[in-house]
Amino acid sequence: MTVHDTSPATAASRWPGGTRAVVEYLVLGWRRYLVSSLSEAVGAPLLYLLALGLGLGALVDRGSGGGALGGVGYLDYIAPALLTAAALQVGVGESAYPAYSRFKWTRVFLGISATPVSPRQIADGQLLFVALRVVTGAVLYYLVLLAFGAAGGGWGPLMVVSGTLTACGCAAWILALDSVLTSEGGVFNVLFRFVIVPMTLFSGSFFPVDRIPAALRWVAWVSPLWHGNELARTAALGGAAGVPAARLLLHAVVLLALLGTGVAVARRGFDRRLLR
Amino acid sequence: MGRPGDRPSVITARGLRKSFEVKGGATVEAVRGIDLEVPAGQAFGFLGPNGAGKSSTMRMIACVSPRTSGELRILGRDPAVDGVAIRARLGVVPQQDNLDEELSVRENLFVYGRYFGLPRARCWQRADELLEFAQLTEKSGAKVENLSGGMKRRLTIARSLMNEPEVLLLDEPTTGLDPQARHVLWDRLFRLKQQGVTLILTTHYMDEAEQLCDRLVVMDGGVLVAEGSPAELIAGYSTREVLELRFVPGEQTAAEPLVAGLVERVETLPDRLLLYTPDGDRTLAEVTERGVRPVSALVRRSTLEDVFLHLTGRSLVD
Ligand SMILES: Nc1ncnc2c1ncn2[C@@H]1O[C@H](COP(=O)(O)OP(=O)(O)O)[C@@H](O)[C@H]1O
Ligand SMILES: [Mg+2]
Repeated sequence: MTVHDTSPATAASRWPGGTRAVVEYLVLGWRRYLVSSLSEAVGAPLLYLLALGLGLGALVDRGSGGGALGGVGYLDYIAPALLTAAALQVGVGESAYPAYSRFKWTRVFLGISATPVSPRQIADGQLLFVALRVVTGAVLYYLVLLAFGAAGGGWGPLMVVSGTLTACGCAAWILALDSVLTSEGGVFNVLFRFVIVPMTLFSGSFFPVDRIPAALRWVAWVSPLWHGNELARTAALGGAAGVPAARLLLHAVVLLALLGTGVAVARRGFDRRLLR
Repeated sequence: MGRPGDRPSVITARGLRKSFEVKGGATVEAVRGIDLEVPAGQAFGFLGPNGAGKSSTMRMIACVSPRTSGELRILGRDPAVDGVAIRARLGVVPQQDNLDEELSVRENLFVYGRYFGLPRARCWQRADELLEFAQLTEKSGAKVENLSGGMKRRLTIARSLMNEPEVLLLDEPTTGLDPQARHVLWDRLFRLKQQGVTLILTTHYMDEAEQLCDRLVVMDGGVLVAEGSPAELIAGYSTREVLELRFVPGEQTAAEPLVAGLVERVETLPDRLLLYTPDGDRTLAEVTERGVRPVSALVRRSTLEDVFLHLTGRSLVD
């Protein structure tokens, strides 16, 4: 990988181990809320699966739902989407307030930038930590799905990969947002209510996108979650998910591009915020 | 280079400038062309009021703020090229603490050592040594959010020493602390100085500058207005003694013409007249002879505060 550095103060050699030290620091902080974060990671899927999968699912399956879902049971239909949405939730949660506060309130990032660790290493370390949190949550989610018999076949574990990719693609852009915000002013609230929640509802998580009026279907197409859902559902259900192979490739490319651009913009944002 | 007794320069600056673009397209010139030369082992201070440009200068020296123009060499290297390598050899105490309040005191030190690439075992060991040095051993396991302001400041200083820096940058190390906490801190800094660490500090307290600095610059409005040891500055810009005459606020102006001509220089403050004189007691006798009746009178030695007042016409602390 070529490191194209635009900021003069970091132009010198990379400091080996910088990114890793940042991840280590964040993991050390995670230990403080490890119990609550793990119990949430297991508790939330239990509740969702009981209520939506078994409760609502029983109604859907008895009604006309089965046909619209391509003959798949409702629990099996939503399980991959629930996992992906949970991954997104963790990724967004970690990269919004907690990461922003390291710029603004605790100023921890400023403290790190006084060491040989460069701002882009701080950005990378922060995102890798988010990824670690997301993977942990997604694996636990997968295990709960397994217990409910809704974890799909042998390719099912790939849901963890697609979910992590979706979550990190979004998280990278939120980190970029953190780096340019000088006052929070309710921005994250708007993000949660008017971006994340609608995205969760209209991304083919609970019902197929073709049920959305044609004029509004673009909402799903631009939603990272839709791309993640299609990948996860195919991982779990295979051909029964009804996603053509070419489209799978497109989904993967879109999510990788989201992540790649997000990382580039976030690194640049961290540079500008911390070295000025 | 290398001659015995020839101490290499730790910081060299020529025409160093820093401006910030602010909202609305305006430019703030925080530092407007300063020259610096700090030899290794010296305790060097920037004395100046808020907004003088001290922090902006310190951030350029710390290699976290690219200079706008001019020359700058830290430890013989250019921050724009070798920022990473220079930062590895510096210790930084920023104006505002940026500790992790959620971690314990000891963990904060450990984590910081890791940023410098120290092995884990070495980080824990060094953390314990520095807790001792900062007199925080009893607080080792406490969460940072439960520390007093003075303790947090000491922890920040301990943290800045994790990499055994050659140069320690301290931006207003004791601002906001009570007198006792300040004295504890000064004592620690004095020890570091004795160990040969180069100290670069900013302050708007003249007593701090007098206590700690071998040499200092007076900074105001982004430029340096004077330079020297505390004693040189006082000798150069003030008299040996100062006679302070206190009045009911407002009445000092009536006394002003009466004392005129008695001494070289008189400063008028809201409730006081300051008469700069080589011999305060004699001047007091002369003032009394002329019929001036202040509420109280005090003869004291000149301080850096007087130097600043002379140079800028303003007080250091507003
Ligand atoms: N990041 C910044 N953006 C815009 N203006 C700044 C910034 N940092 C400092 N300044 C301005 O530069 C001037 C000098 O500030 P500073 O270096 O903090 O002074 P001091 O530390 O002596 O109080 C002030 O007018 C301040 O508002
Ligand atoms: Mg300052």
